[in-house]
Formats: sequence, C-alpha cells, structure tokens
Amino acid sequence: MKTTFSAADRKGWMSLLATADEARLTELWQGCGIDPVCEWLRPPEAGGVMVRGRMGGTGAPFNLGEMTVTRCAVSLDDGTVGHGYVQGRSKAKAAMAAKIDALMQTGAAAGVRKAVLEPLAEERQAKTSARAAKAAATKVEFFTMVRGED
Amino acid sequence: MSLETPNAVYAGGFSNPPVAAAHAFRAAMNAMARPGEVQDITGAAPPDGISVAAGSLLLTLCDPETGVYLAPGTDSGALRGWLAFHTGAPVVPAEQADFALGSWEALMPLDRFRIGTPEYPDRSATLIVDTPGYYGTNAVLSGPGIKETARMQLPELTAFQNNAALYPLGVDFFFTSGSLVAALPRSTGITREA
Amino acid sequence: MYVAVKGGERAIENAHAWLAEERRGDTSVAELSLDQIREQLSLAVNRVMAEGSLYDPELAALAIKQSRGDLIEAIFLIRAYRTTLPRFGYSQPVETGEMACDRRISATFKDAPGGQVLGPTFDYTHRLLDFKLAAEGEVPEAPVSEPRLEATPHISEFLQGEDIIEREPSSDGVPGDLTREPMSFPAGRAVRLQSLTRGDEGFILGMAYSTQRGYARNHAFVGELRIGTVPVEMDIPELGFAIEIGEVELTECETVNQFKGSKTVPPQFTRGYGLVFGQSERKSIAMALVDRALRWEELGEDNVGAAAQDEEFVLSHADNIQATGFLEHIKLPHYVDFQSELELVRKLRREAAEMAETLAAREAAE
Repeated sequence: MKTTFSAADRKGWMSLLATADEARLTELWQGCGIDPVCEWLRPPEAGGVMVRGRMGGTGAPFNLGEMTVTRCAVSLDDGTVGHGYVQGRSKAKAAMAAKIDALMQTGAAAGVRKAVLEPLAEERQAKTSARAAKAAATKVEFFTMVRGED
Repeated sequence: MSLETPNAVYAGGFSNPPVAAAHAFRAAMNAMARPGEVQDITGAAPPDGISVAAGSLLLTLCDPETGVYLAPGTDSGALRGWLAFHTGAPVVPAEQADFALGSWEALMPLDRFRIGTPEYPDRSATLIVDTPGYYGTNAVLSGPGIKETARMQLPELTAFQNNAALYPLGVDFFFTSGSLVAALPRSTGITREA
Repeated sequence: MYVAVKGGERAIENAHAWLAEERRGDTSVAELSLDQIREQLSLAVNRVMAEGSLYDPELAALAIKQSRGDLIEAIFLIRAYRTTLPRFGYSQPVETGEMACDRRISATFKDAPGGQVLGPTFDYTHRLLDFKLAAEGEVPEAPVSEPRLEATPHISEFLQGEDIIEREPSSDGVPGDLTREPMSFPAGRAVRLQSLTRGDEGFILGMAYSTQRGYARNHAFVGELRIGTVPVEMDIPELGFAIEIGEVELTECETVNQFKGSKTVPPQFTRGYGLVFGQSERKSIAMALVDRALRWEELGEDNVGAAAQDEEFVLSHADNIQATGFLEHIKLPHYVDFQSELELVRKLRREAAEMAETLAAREAAE
C-alpha cells in the first residue's frame, strides 16, 4: 500500500538518515522490528562527492574537496523503490537508509517515523543545541570601563 | 513524484558491475584498437529502442562528469531516467557532449560536435551510432591497428573522410547493433571499396 | 634513467615487516585506536582531511596511525585512496552563512551581530606545558549558556550596504577542477582556491607571512573567522531533487583589505577568502592572504614581483604530495644516471690531466 508524501517530506527523512550515527540508527532500526524482503536495484557502493564552496561565502562556486558517500537502491515486494545516500563508507548504513526510505512510502510509514525518524531528529536537535550552548558560553560580553570624570 | 517508471529506469544495469564493466570496456577498447573489427559487447538491458551494445557502452563509459547528447528518436523519458540512475551522466546539447547516441541521420550535422583542441585533442566527442545491422561492406580502412586493410559498412564515406582529415582533432565513432560493436577512430583512413 | 634490478625483494619485505613492528612500538604500551586518534588528535585528522582533500575522519585517523604520525605520508595515503572512489557528483555550494558556529570572531567589528564567540580556541592560553595532562585527568564539562538559534550573518554583509567593500556576486558557473583537468595558467580564482585549500599548510603559511612582511603587502584584517558545521546538499538525478548527504566541519576566513581604487573603481575594501575542511584556523587565514595577493591582476594592482603574486609559482609548489614525490624520488636507485656522470667526470679529469702534462712538457722543451 502506498501513501502520499511530499518531496520536502522525503528530503527531510533522507537528510536525517544521511547524517545519522550508524550505531544509533542500527539500534533504532532493529528496535523497529521490521525488515522487509527487498531486492537490490543498486547494491551499496562507496564513492566520493566533490563539495563546493563559494568565493567570499556568496560568490562564484569553487571545488573545496571530496567527501565519502555510500549509496544504494532497493525495491520492496510491491515495487516501492527506496534510495539510500549516506555520509561515510558504511554499506550497512546505506542499506538501512534505503529500506527506511522505501517503507516511508508505504503503510508502514507512521510506525517507522515514530520508531526511527523521530528519535533521530530529536537527538540531532539535542546535539546541535548542546554545542550551540557551549559556544554561547564563550561569547564575549564587552563592557566599557568607566572613565574618570575629572 | 520522481521521474520513475521503476522497471524501465532501475532495471537493466550491469548485474555485477565491476566484472561486467571490465568485460564491456575490453570490448570497447578492442573495437577502437582494431578499427572495423566487430566485437561482442553485452551486460546492459537498456530501455526499448536502444541496442544492448549501445546500452553497455553507455554504462561503461559514462559517469556524472561526461555529458551525453541523445539525438531525436533516441531521447526518451525512460532512457533519461535509466541513464541518470545507472551512470549519473547529465544530458547535454550536442555542442557540449562527450558522448552522443543516435541513428546516423539523427546525429547529423556532424560539425556541431566537439573535435578537441591542439593541446587537448581528447576533449572531443565520441559518437555511438546505433544501426539496424551489419550487412555488406562499402569502405576500405587503413591506419593504426589495421595490419593491411580492413573493411566495414559505413552510412556514407565523405563525412568520415573529412573527420579523418582533421587528425589529430576530430570525433571517434562506435557503431552498435544488437550485441555487436565496431569502431572507427579519427586515425583511420577511409577509401571507397572498389 | 631507471633499469630493472632484481634482488631487493627479501630486503624490502623484511624492511616492511620491521616498519610494521616499529609502527606498533613497545607492545607493553596499549595500542592506539582509531577512535582515540579521531577524538584526541582531531586537528591532525583535520589537516589530513584538508590536504588529502577527502572529508572522512575515520579514514584520516587510519592514515595517521598507519603513517606513524607523519602527516604528509598520511595525506599521501588519503590521496591514493581518493583516486579509487567513483565520483558520484558535485554538491551544491555549501552555505557558510547558515553555519552552526562553534567559533566566530571579527577583528574589525567589536559589536558584530551574533557577537564574538571564542569557541574552543588556543588563543589566550599561556602556551605553558600542562603537566597535569601527562598524568591524564578528567576534564570538567564546559559551561553552557542560552544557545543562539538563528543563523549568524556574515560580517561582510554589513559593509556591502555602503558599497565600501567589493561585492562577491553569486553565479552558477561550473568551476574548474584540478583533480580532473591538469592545471594551466592563468588558472582563474576557482582553481586557485581549490589548490590553496588542499595545499601544504606550511607552504601557504610561509607565502602569507611573506605578504605581511612586505612582499606584496595587502594590509589584511580578519574581517571574520568562523568555524562550525554546514550541511552538504546534492541533487540526486534519480530523485529529481536535492537531499542532504552529510555534514562537514569547515573553517572560513574573510579578510578585509585596503585598496586605493583604480581608474574604474573608487577606493574601497577588497576581500581575500579562505575555506578549509575541519578546524584549520591558521590555514584558512593564510589561504585568504595568499588568495588576496594572487588577485592583483583582476583588481588592477601592480605586480611588484613578489613570490606570493606569482600564480604559477604558488600553485605549482603548494601541493606537498607533488613536492614530496619529486623530492624523495632522488633517493631511489639512479645507478645508471650516476654511472654515466661518473664516467663523464673521470673523462674530464683525464683530459685535464693530459692537457696539463702536454703544457708542462711544452714548457720544459722551451
């Protein structure tokens, strides 16, 4: 059974999976208790993506250097296609990402969202805020010394 | 929501990419090294209308950094999707193409393809001419990779002679039909068969 | 000239075995794990990623372990590995304006919106060896305060309001890639920046320092320095839209440089730019200074003949893997070359001696 979802929604969960910590993703995925039968459309392969920056932060693009990425694609029994694109070289992580991407397009979406994606999103948010809180503590609070009046 | 018609787009890649690509590359290399000699090349199952040989060449030679021109009659949503998924190659206009695919008539005019520069003659296009079949011969070939002479069927002679005259610049050709491939690099001289 | 010589195989194998043993060191000392290197030598990991031109902290940690801490050797290993990876594509340019900043300072504006955030910096430390670390100690948790949630704007945006600094107009041109096409000169700013960001930190630092000492001085202020993480997005052809494929830590430096104007441009500030993988502060400031020095021609400045203005000189010598490859190859067997040189010198000496004898004989006869 297919469900409807927007491209923005799909972009959201694929992005979350791309940066997820592998150990944590494995734990959540196993806890989810679903492991659908699927067929490889593209077995996991590691490769590089050239990261670009912009001159002066806003100008014309230039090539900064590569990063490792692993990708794969699976097809569920009902023909639903899932893609995994994850940072790093873990084939297992790419496979989980592709299966989750496929399931998120089916009736299992709500369950997977609750069991895997929501905890991942919360933890990512918590990690970002924890760093931002430490950075905030190193912000300089300038004060002007009172000059002598006479 | 995406450009998928799964069976046409996601199926038909190399089943064991490292091995199949190595075999196909060897066939392509031998074809170029021995102009006019026909080689077997298989492994791909491209969308309808494209030969197995042309599909196998695309999977072997194309990647996100090679622009591909799809001539009218060849260009289709299914082929674009297939090419994007299996190779990541962008579809580009003829003037920017590293590889071009189509029938001989659809690929014309020839002079819009890149022929390289004197410093970098390799910055030129390779044309994959998908043909109905090999029958008879009309051209006598000579040059590097050919002991004395070789023979092959060409759609016409003048265009290839003009291309050879540009050497070391020029374009290179693969001719594909079914699961067979032959090649004609720019270094080959062509005369009409007596 | 090289000739194949047989007979070294066993010596080479044994040398490699000994190397492995020496790398491990005293086995009564615990072995280093990659996690330890990644977490506790993270600035070495960052340098290997930046100059190896591949963002993957685990691989960089492995390279450092394998190379016994020789970072240029580690960079070499990463560069070699990088060439085996199929290139899936190019990312969209990262938006450093949306960086989650760990550090963000400006030497030009005290009260910049977003503030002066020091982050985990060595600045203001006393550079005294901390002997407590020798006995490994627990560190207390760093203090926290209310996190800033909105993005931190670039300082240069404020100067742009009055057009008092040159603009960096956005474009979607395709930049040259020196890993795909051999460098040719003039290289253009995109390839210059790519070359500088993967260039040797020591070399870039030396070049930048030379501009400060007066060889093409360009009066740089650090307009802004920021360190933090940015998401990397790439268009996925089979999806038809872009997704985030990961996250990288970057250091960005924008310098604000004096510029007296030219025939067509009124006096304004100009910019130099540095962007480097990881927390690589020294490298990114140096990169910005060298970038600015190399821009003399497009800004209509004079070439004063300084090394840092010479694009061919800087870019051809910035890569430490190229440099070390060429430098170190001279220690490999050159028996035949040297044999011919030896023959030549002997012949010249023989001829000189004969000449001297002839002259002496002639003098004696007179």
